[in-house]
Amino acid sequence: MARYHNFFTQVQVRAAADMGVSLPAGSYDRSLKPFFIHWLGKLGNAQIGPIYLGGLGMASLFCGFMAIEIIGLNMWASVGWDPLKFIFHLPWLALKPPGPQYGLQILVPLSDGGWWQIAGFFLTSSVLLWWARTYRRARALGLGTHVAWAFASAIWLFLVLGFIRPVMMGSWSESVPFGIFPHLDWTNNFSLLHGNLFYNPFHCLSIAFLYGSALLFAMHGATILAVSRYGGDRELDQIADRGTAAERAGLFWRWTMGFNASMESIHRWAWWFAVLTPLVGGIGILLTGTVVDQWREWAVLHHYAVPDQYIAPPLPD
Amino acid sequence: MALLSFERKYRVRGGTLIGGDLFDYWVGPFYVGFFGVTTALFASLGTALIFYGAALQQVWNPFLISINPPDVSYGLSMAPIQQGGLWQIVTLCALCSFVSWALREVEICRKLGIGYHVPAAFGFAIFAYFTLVVIRPVLLGAWGYGFPYGIFSHLDWVSTTGYEFGNFHYNPAHMIAISFFFATCFALALHGSLILSAANPGKGKEMKTPEDEDTFFRDFIGYSIGPLGIHRLGLFLALSAVFFSAVCIVISGPYWSQAWDQWWLPLWQLVDPGTGTPPPYAGPGM
Repeated sequence: MARYHNFFTQVQVRAAADMGVSLPAGSYDRSLKPFFIHWLGKLGNAQIGPIYLGGLGMASLFCGFMAIEIIGLNMWASVGWDPLKFIFHLPWLALKPPGPQYGLQILVPLSDGGWWQIAGFFLTSSVLLWWARTYRRARALGLGTHVAWAFASAIWLFLVLGFIRPVMMGSWSESVPFGIFPHLDWTNNFSLLHGNLFYNPFHCLSIAFLYGSALLFAMHGATILAVSRYGGDRELDQIADRGTAAERAGLFWRWTMGFNASMESIHRWAWWFAVLTPLVGGIGILLTGTVVDQWREWAVLHHYAVPDQYIAPPLPD
Repeated sequence: MALLSFERKYRVRGGTLIGGDLFDYWVGPFYVGFFGVTTALFASLGTALIFYGAALQQVWNPFLISINPPDVSYGLSMAPIQQGGLWQIVTLCALCSFVSWALREVEICRKLGIGYHVPAAFGFAIFAYFTLVVIRPVLLGAWGYGFPYGIFSHLDWVSTTGYEFGNFHYNPAHMIAISFFFATCFALALHGSLILSAANPGKGKEMKTPEDEDTFFRDFIGYSIGPLGIHRLGLFLALSAVFFSAVCIVISGPYWSQAWDQWWLPLWQLVDPGTGTPPPYAGPGM
């Protein structure tokens, strides 16, 4: 039986571009003349633009550009400015933080980690300016500032990794290098040096919230698509004036697992799961090496691990 | 348990796949159905067997209870109960109850006249679990390659299995899976935030509309996917995360049995033939 599942928009209606609700007096103009991409319209809105750049946005983009430029040029210099090597060896290239001998020195010689400090400064500036922009754009339209506070949670993890924990450990060398494989090496080393991060309870919680976020978005996305034939995708309408879409969506979960969220509260669950992922993750990183040095030993001490761990069998020959 | 104010009119007969009207009823808020009965049977049996295993091992600390798969010497045969047979039966119970749960969701969808998106999405999770405990062990020739059922013992399995391949983060499918997980979390934060910020603009202010949502995201990043599209995107991101997780483990062993960083050697050698990749980034004090 052919049924309508609403995975794609089958018929696209094309009207004049939506220029958005008006901005308060004293705002800059919006930039970028809107245009449409047909294939994008299959999934969601086809319209790209306009965008509000403003002072904070321009400053943030400038700092972000500087950071990427410094990282990229350092990587390119590290292969003797060979363009082919820069492209094909890119995943291995790194801009490393200063070595342990420099401690928390403010200005390290450029080639010994100074460039890493400057790139980090610009990247952090860019992220913080973008945060302010997030807050201001919501306020300009009279919306709540929930996006900004969710973003702040991600910034917390970023600052713990690159600033707060290195300061507490007394050395920039504790921080993460820029680079694709190098940051994966750092992650691997970090767990090995501190006795298996899987035994860090805050790492456990962070992973649970990360997987929980995927679970929630799969549940929520699937539920809304399933009731879209009743207008369930118009969530704000359903929050203010509950219709049959919200009722069926709620009853589906009530009958399945004995409990259901409401059209509004599912977004509170979503917000907290997503926000707690980097929030508790950052706590876990901050405690590592500062408060607890060896997580597995600590787990044995606190009776949630046995001294001999489960060993997966070696692969067959 | 009391019904929700609007619930009565939805509690109608029909929509079952099996059993006709026989199991077509509710217990409290739960719908039962034929698959509710099978779910309950398999889930209770599996749970009881885990407690039985805990009793046999005299371990009652919930963090330390572990039902381990058989030794690889048993290959793909049945093992004695105390040597991994329990794990085999628990695995069977888990799979049967997961599939029953998905089919029960299908019945509920039919009863409510809504799409099958949720059970289809749950199917991805079942597939990932099936990959870990059936497909990969079968490809490697022993149930012993499945993971143990315990809160921290399964983490030991992840850890030690990972280190058999050097740094597992170099596994390309693992990279994709993690990227999808992070992207899902990111998109969920944005979606949850946007709805809450439009529904809660502040005391005394009137609730906002989808037009304000679109305007905010266009002002913010130049694009708003829209209230319908975000749910397609979220479902896609979440299911991709699960799917590539299954891929990243099933290729580890059956397809690739060296350190994963060596998988990238051909890329390195494109411009540096005959040379090896550089040593990994050494952390502080290494």
